[in-house]
Amino acid sequence: MKYIIKKLFMMIVTLLVVSICVFLAFNIIPGDPALRMLGTEASPELVEQTRQEMGLNDPLPVRYGRWLFGFVQGDFGTSYNYKIPVKDMVISKVPITLTMAVMAFLLTILISIPLGILTARHEGGLLDRILMVTDQIVMSIPPFFSGILITLIFGMVLRLFTPGGFTNYTVDVGKFIRYLFFPSLAIALPKVAMTVKMLRGSLLDESMKDYARTAYSRGNNTNGVLYRHVLKNAMIPVITFLGMALADMVAGSIVIEQVFSIPGISRILMTSISNRDYPVVEAIIMGIAMIVISVNFLVDVVYRIVDPRIGLEE
Amino acid sequence: MEIILDVTDLHIEFHDHDQPEVAVEDFDLMLGEGEIVGIVGESGSGKSMSALAIAGLLNRKSLTKSGRIMFDGTDLLTCDRKKLRSYQGDEISIIFQEPMTSLNPVKRIGWQVEESLYIHHREISKEDRRKRAVEMLGSVGLADAENVYYMYPHELSGGMRQRVMIAAAMIGNPKILIADEPTTALDVTVQAQIVELLKKINRERNTSIIFISHDLSLVSQLCQRVIVMQHGNIVESGRCSDIFSRPRHLYTKRLIAAIPRIDLGDDKDRR
Amino acid sequence: MNSYKKAIHKNFKENTFFRWGCIITVLILLLVVVGLFWMPYEPTAMNAAEKLKGISLRHPMGTDNMGRDVLSRVMYGSRITLLIAAGTVAIGTVAGTIIGALTGYFGGMLDEIIMRIIDALFAFPSILLALVIVSIFGIGWIQLLLALGIAFVPSFARIVRGEVLRCRNMDYVENARLQGVSDFRMIFVHILPNIRGVLMSSILIGFNNAVLAEAGLSYLGIGSQPPYASLGKMLSDAQQYMFGNPSYVLCPGIVIVLMVLGFSFLGEGISRWK
Repeated sequence: MKYIIKKLFMMIVTLLVVSICVFLAFNIIPGDPALRMLGTEASPELVEQTRQEMGLNDPLPVRYGRWLFGFVQGDFGTSYNYKIPVKDMVISKVPITLTMAVMAFLLTILISIPLGILTARHEGGLLDRILMVTDQIVMSIPPFFSGILITLIFGMVLRLFTPGGFTNYTVDVGKFIRYLFFPSLAIALPKVAMTVKMLRGSLLDESMKDYARTAYSRGNNTNGVLYRHVLKNAMIPVITFLGMALADMVAGSIVIEQVFSIPGISRILMTSISNRDYPVVEAIIMGIAMIVISVNFLVDVVYRIVDPRIGLEE
Repeated sequence: MEIILDVTDLHIEFHDHDQPEVAVEDFDLMLGEGEIVGIVGESGSGKSMSALAIAGLLNRKSLTKSGRIMFDGTDLLTCDRKKLRSYQGDEISIIFQEPMTSLNPVKRIGWQVEESLYIHHREISKEDRRKRAVEMLGSVGLADAENVYYMYPHELSGGMRQRVMIAAAMIGNPKILIADEPTTALDVTVQAQIVELLKKINRERNTSIIFISHDLSLVSQLCQRVIVMQHGNIVESGRCSDIFSRPRHLYTKRLIAAIPRIDLGDDKDRR
Repeated sequence: MNSYKKAIHKNFKENTFFRWGCIITVLILLLVVVGLFWMPYEPTAMNAAEKLKGISLRHPMGTDNMGRDVLSRVMYGSRITLLIAAGTVAIGTVAGTIIGALTGYFGGMLDEIIMRIIDALFAFPSILLALVIVSIFGIGWIQLLLALGIAFVPSFARIVRGEVLRCRNMDYVENARLQGVSDFRMIFVHILPNIRGVLMSSILIGFNNAVLAEAGLSYLGIGSQPPYASLGKMLSDAQQYMFGNPSYVLCPGIVIVLMVLGFSFLGEGISRWK
């Protein structure tokens, strides 16, 4: 418990540092936000008035405090370009991106763990060698290219889905999930390859250890040793990796959304970056960073639950 | 005394390198019911290899074995794996040198102690298994067995872990317990306690024990018979007292001479 | 030196991963080096008569939607990708090593503060960090190089700091300290050379990540601007024509895959060194 509280505190500190970095990054850029909102033809009086209204004349720390306070309460600011609250622009897109990341994560677990066990069990054999070479190749395919290949193969040749035919969850959840399956697969593939390699190595390391021999001496068969003893030990480093992978998948979805033309967070992010619509960029970046940091925290807790040697005390 | 284990002409060879490497040659061992036999020798003498072969734990591809290990009318070297597994942990148990690493770090003590029962006696209910495990933990000298049952290996000291290993090995009430250097990694005082525990198990349950060690003095405290090995061969074997009083082989003499004695008045070797 | 040669020769013959890593990497380097001196066509030259042609002798990788030769564009694009990846790794390694070595060696308050910032930066997937930097400094390949370089600093700093912490308490460092070696000399002469193995493998992995990140970002349209070619941008342009003219999308894609594959095979081969 003590550990969780300590980690929770560290997480909040990290979040604060992140928020300061993000805020500073977007507030030291040359250019007057009021001018950007009003356009270059606005009269100086109007600009000054808007600056006053937006609180741009206050010192930086005051502005940071106000921004942070608003952020915590769910007020992410107003878009320069559309003059509507960022929250309204973003909130309906969050489920799309998150669904995709979570599906990719589940796919990674579902595919990589059985495959990792399979290669480890056939270590040195033909199947193992074929899988390991395939693994290296898959690891080298950038997700957007595997996305293109998936579109080409599953979408155009096999016609399992219509490229570009995204259906929103507000319309039909079933179709929504079915369409998202393919981009999720593209995000998952390189992570699957990495996890398989890691799990294989970890399983082989663990099965050489003394406790595995003890397990055999009690009359366990190979499966018994593997599933009852080795697997849990071998999963410990894999869990940390999977946590980092989940965080990466949220970011990876930015590119994949473009490949499959999905109107998720990434589309808003990319348009906002090219339009220099900073409040939107700021909010999305902070949101993703928050997800990543919380996931890291969760992984740490799970890791400690699985490995009793570390424990939740201290 | 009834013979329960009969090993003849055991021969083990490795093929890891270009030249085959002989680990054990012409190894013979007869073990009577309730008997304690010691196998002594320095590291690399083949004593542990022989023990692992009897426990059925030599299953590497780069290795050939020949000879016979007869137990319960079956040759453990040639019988199928399923038959072999039915003995492992139930009729023949083994404990190892490193109690630190021989227990699974992420499983509770109780789970590991009762595993043999779970594998070989599915008919025993969960509650009964637990009762027997707690009882077993108590009888190997672990105070507070109820609590130890729910602990993890890292929460115990080396000596306690070796007791847990013994409890796990003994829970199925095996006929043979192989102890492969069980005290080498432990403090001297704990060593003596473990030897006492093995004696007690032998006395109360009539379990035959094969005790492997490089320490001849320890073997002499525990065993009736001893086998001395060097370079994979048996150089001498017989009753413990005979070998001590009249060692025939030079190697045995050296081993005996190496036993540290307390010589009062000579402080050179003591700190 | 001769035994070194022998070891490479032996591994080339027996170590499959190493052999294929060498072959693929040499092929890619050939593509880039030849492209420095000669390309079949001007990579930006359009030819309205030869739009979206498939693979042929005249155009070994076909042509794009503006009739430009894909091979020439791939040659040019690989050069940029390799350049950015190398630059990224260079920035990441140099800055990361200095920060990691200093914080790890001296510790204290400064270490705490810098590590908190590094932790915070680490929370950003590098692609995201690069996006932030690009959105501030604008779009272009130099900005992209800077952005990726900065994004790669935290991971290198973390690795080096961990290693320096490990080495700091070793006997040979203690010994050198007793002999009055200065801090600066201690870090750069005594400690850093000892962690070059770890550094080498992180550089190989970092290089691959940099190639993938560059390709991903230029796919998003951040990086070399038209009409100059970049592998990622070519893919995003080619995507809409992929059914009618698959060679246009497959060729640049496969070149990216080979680039990464060559290095990862090399890395794998070195880890299985015989």
